Amino acid sequence: MADAPKLVNLTVDGKAITAPAGTLLIDACKNAGIEIPSFCYYPGLSVQGACRMCLVKIEKMPKLQTSCTTVVGEGMVVTTENDEIHQARKSMLELVLANHPLDCPVCDAGGQCELQDMTFTYGAAESKFVDIKNHRDEQQWSPVVYFDRPRCILCYRCVRVCGEGMDVWALGIQQRGVSSVIAPNMEDHLECEECGMCIDICPVGALTSGAYRYKTRPWEMNHVATVCTHCGDGCVTTLGVRRSDTGMEIMRGDNRDKSGINGDFLCIKGRYAFDFSKEPERITVPLIRRNSKLEPATWEAAFELIASKLKEVRDRDGGQAIGVIGSNRTTNEENYLLQKFARLVLATNNIDHHRTADYPGFVSALAGTQNMTASMRDVASAPAILLIGNDPTEQHPLLAWQIRNNVRLNKARLYTVNSNQIKLRRQSTVFHLISAGSEGAFAQFLVGNDSAASSVGDPQALNSLRDKLRGEQGLVIAFGSEIRGEHIKPLVQFAQSVGAKLICLGDYANSRGAADMGLYPDLLPGYYPVSQLTGSKDEDWMGKAPKQPGLTLQEMFSAAAGGRLRALYVVGSNPVARYNLDPFALKNTFTVVQDMFLTETATLADVVLPAANAYEKGGTFTNTCGDLQRLQKAGDVTTVKSDFEIIVRIANAMGYDVHGLVPFAPGLRADMGQTRGAESGEADRHKVWLTRQGIEPKLSPFDPLALLDEIQRLVPGYEVSRLNLMAGNDQHTQVPDIGSGELPSHPELIVPSEDTLFTSGTLGRYSKTLNSVMENDRAVPEDAGIPAD
Amino acid sequence: MADLVSHPAEVKVVSKRFGKGAANIDRYLELDGYKAVQKALGMDPDAIINEVKTSALRGRGGAGFATGMKWSFVPKQSAKPKYVLCNGDESEPGTCKDRLILEHDPHSVIEGVMIAGLAIGARIGYIYIRGEYRYLSVIMEKAIADAYARGFLGKNIFGSGRDFDVYWHGGAGAYEVGEESALMESLEGKRGIPRIKPPFPAVVGLFGGPTVINNVETLASVPPIILQGGEWFASLGTPKNGGTRLYCLNGHINNPGVYELPVGFNLLRMINEVGGGIWKGRKLKAVTPGGSSCPILKAEECDIAMDFDTLMKAGSMLGSGGVVILDDQTCMVKYALRTIKFYQHESCGWCIPCREGTDWLKKSLTRFHAGAGLKKDIDNIQYLAENMLGRTFCALGDAAAMPTISIVKKFRNEFEDHLEGRPCPYDPEAVTQQLPVLAGAH
Repeated sequence: MADAPKLVNLTVDGKAITAPAGTLLIDACKNAGIEIPSFCYYPGLSVQGACRMCLVKIEKMPKLQTSCTTVVGEGMVVTTENDEIHQARKSMLELVLANHPLDCPVCDAGGQCELQDMTFTYGAAESKFVDIKNHRDEQQWSPVVYFDRPRCILCYRCVRVCGEGMDVWALGIQQRGVSSVIAPNMEDHLECEECGMCIDICPVGALTSGAYRYKTRPWEMNHVATVCTHCGDGCVTTLGVRRSDTGMEIMRGDNRDKSGINGDFLCIKGRYAFDFSKEPERITVPLIRRNSKLEPATWEAAFELIASKLKEVRDRDGGQAIGVIGSNRTTNEENYLLQKFARLVLATNNIDHHRTADYPGFVSALAGTQNMTASMRDVASAPAILLIGNDPTEQHPLLAWQIRNNVRLNKARLYTVNSNQIKLRRQSTVFHLISAGSEGAFAQFLVGNDSAASSVGDPQALNSLRDKLRGEQGLVIAFGSEIRGEHIKPLVQFAQSVGAKLICLGDYANSRGAADMGLYPDLLPGYYPVSQLTGSKDEDWMGKAPKQPGLTLQEMFSAAAGGRLRALYVVGSNPVARYNLDPFALKNTFTVVQDMFLTETATLADVVLPAANAYEKGGTFTNTCGDLQRLQKAGDVTTVKSDFEIIVRIANAMGYDVHGLVPFAPGLRADMGQTRGAESGEADRHKVWLTRQGIEPKLSPFDPLALLDEIQRLVPGYEVSRLNLMAGNDQHTQVPDIGSGELPSHPELIVPSEDTLFTSGTLGRYSKTLNSVMENDRAVPEDAGIPAD
Repeated sequence: MADLVSHPAEVKVVSKRFGKGAANIDRYLELDGYKAVQKALGMDPDAIINEVKTSALRGRGGAGFATGMKWSFVPKQSAKPKYVLCNGDESEPGTCKDRLILEHDPHSVIEGVMIAGLAIGARIGYIYIRGEYRYLSVIMEKAIADAYARGFLGKNIFGSGRDFDVYWHGGAGAYEVGEESALMESLEGKRGIPRIKPPFPAVVGLFGGPTVINNVETLASVPPIILQGGEWFASLGTPKNGGTRLYCLNGHINNPGVYELPVGFNLLRMINEVGGGIWKGRKLKAVTPGGSSCPILKAEECDIAMDFDTLMKAGSMLGSGGVVILDDQTCMVKYALRTIKFYQHESCGWCIPCREGTDWLKKSLTRFHAGAGLKKDIDNIQYLAENMLGRTFCALGDAAAMPTISIVKKFRNEFEDHLEGRPCPYDPEAVTQQLPVLAGAH
């Protein structure tokens, strides 16, 4: 670690403050609780000194100075407010407002506009000018970006965030003087990543969002900070939510409050792609197949049918005749509940999900180690990063943002090893192009297997890269699904030798959670092998799970085709499209699908249940780094149910005591058969755990937090601070230490999603915004098939 | 070719080769050309800087910073290359002196650049020539090529074992680029927008290297200083204001033109003797003494020595030496408007006060002069300009504000004469505008 910078003493408004040498005066004041106004200054972006709002008086300097360009100096005496300064700021505002259209009553920014707020503070209320304002017509730059020049105050934040922050450089300035105008890169339109950062960062309403503009006023919305449902990075998106005749409508997503690991960053998906929730194609009532056609039905009829069929198959053919497929986008609580339901109620280990990364392999390789995983926050501060495989710009936009900013602001060194010329090569200290498929050999080379180099590339360059990596302290290694199975182990060994931390990149919002929660035929929550069920686990519900590993997803479809799988329960997944499976395989299998849309899989089902999406329910997600975050429900949508409630209701309809699934309600009687004194049964242990944590038992069987209690109690690594989690903070989970031995990881079953910035599995197909931008068509490999998960 | 003027009161130092064909390298050599740089090659860098310090030479671009001092700020050791930059972006209205130097004596500029380079340890010099002076770049290009051909530039200059390269670069038509850091941006191929200072160019300048940037006239003054000594040069002017200056007399006088006079020459003498008096038998009304950005002097303030310090005390500036003389038939509102039109057009648009302030001053003054002025406009114009002053990113905002403030303060009566629908007293025909919305509103 570098030495802490020297502290500088200065006086601001009569108050003695200290700040590290090199701090900008505006930041030093802010940290000391003295706010200095500014438009153009934006933390993390280059300094402009253009808006002249942050002028302050510094002793011994004749003119007012911009505090955003002044570095603190020892003994500096600063005044941030006096008559002269007040007048300077007021006149700046008068000048800005002189050409401003003052169309605040209809402006999107009205009510959350920095110009409004500053005018309110400095009282530039008098209009001194009688001449005609300059005008330019509004322009549409893309389906999501509109530009209203007259409102623009030319703070250049948009230009800088696009260039410096996003490394896209799609915005610039044309003309000069009063004719200066922000301009898009393609004459009259933008071709970019459509992230909308420029809109978000605009202090006024000059850049507005095509998805949101003129739809609502900011104060008409509730603002709910939850986690994005798309990729595996776990950005917090603050949803602006309004009541509507279907319960609620999400109007916009942003993260202006910087409430998450992503700071103010969001990509196009996090910012706009919530619109699938109001797609007309969305299923809003349960559908039951009658006379070969899916017809609307009541929830009661659907539950009754499902319960009776599942019971019938289970009681007649045994649990092994039932399969369950889980989701990458349902919450931890739902995933946990689903596998528990499968194992206890359906008596089957036939449970799986679309695997996008080899998490079991990762956990195996980390056996016997501690604290070797990196959080998303670590990526923003690590002195060096090694990226093997993947293309974060497309598949992990937040990871890419963290890397770029770390390189730009902290001079972190990025080492990239990839079989494509990915965009992050531009930030790389060393970019090493390797042949596709040799990522694993590179990992072998890292731990000293020099003969592996021959298949990777130029040995000399590789040696030099390895030497550099060996010299790095505090390295973070992120690797894509190219590295799986046997190749993870050498990477972990290398990481151990240099004290590095690791990130295993998975593709969807809760892919990591699905793995951690045991959506595997052979692994229980916490990667506990089904085959090793003995000892302490026996005392928990897990002891009651079937001991034989179940079928993988692909095996389930084979079994169905062979007539051995008589019922299939699919939650939020579209395996038929994803794996290009034979639809006729399910011909004689009673199939239940719960989803938002009639996907390729849902159209084959006997019962389709309309499910709520991640924005319509509470719970937790675990991002690809293992950071646990809380989902907050934006609101209820009428006629659909959360996957959590659906599972509980099916169990209930099957006659199962739901207390055995969800530990809810206080005063639950002690476990039956208790003979060894107090606190010996599972329910007792749960009660004791709750008391120790200071947590009240949940009152409803539909409350996901009741299962979070159990997850935190039973899943190793999830014992994080509940208080922090509930406060909306990300909590890094550790992978469980499995001691010795290998977990079954099936690397051959991993199918990366191949999503781009503009696709998001099946869900992305139903986002009008994602499909409206012209960039959507680009760079999708022809052989990628239909996006699905 | 611009017509040359002369007057017996002139002291020709920088202009001594004007009209003598010195753009030709042989002719330049006949007229003591490239002797100074050869002398400088034998001098210690510190000795060169000290000679320039002794000369009391102050920057001729406008700010009047002591040249020797500026050179001494350049660090001796530098990981990055050092540069000498000649600012030939002469754009200040009323100023046309650098143009004559570049036209009549381009080698003196090259020689000045080389000496500056020897003083600070640079091996590369750039001569940035205003975009509108395209014809001068042809002359400069030839001069540079000739100097290379003679071995004065390039490797092993004058057989000294040292190398020095000089390049010229053309602007694209922006007054703002006369600001030193904006010029560097422009030279680096970017938008001509000033940089945040500090760091100053002497430490972080062109391409991030330590850079000395001087005006054409400043650099052309250096060879004579080296040849004839700093003391001699200093003695030509007043204390702390060494040497001579090229004064560009223009406006309502009988003999306009560029005259080289000692610094500290009396302004009234300059107008009446050197410039041949006010034209058409009229009387003097006001003078802008150093280019359009300087606060105006009323006729009764003009009995004054033209040097940096005296003018500063009088509330104006010597600036770039562009002396704009206005007769008593001049409408000061129109003059203020003409001035602000220029700055509105040339504002780079970077900061709010300059970008918006110049535009609203222009709008207000345009309407005002056209007969649709309101009484509150007079205060508003002053208010606007005063709130620009000292608060803009670079000095262009000040350059626009200062003359405006001084004109409103010193000639408020002329503004009042335009009110209440009255036509411009000096140009009744000029009333073209009566904004319907404002008719009758006073």
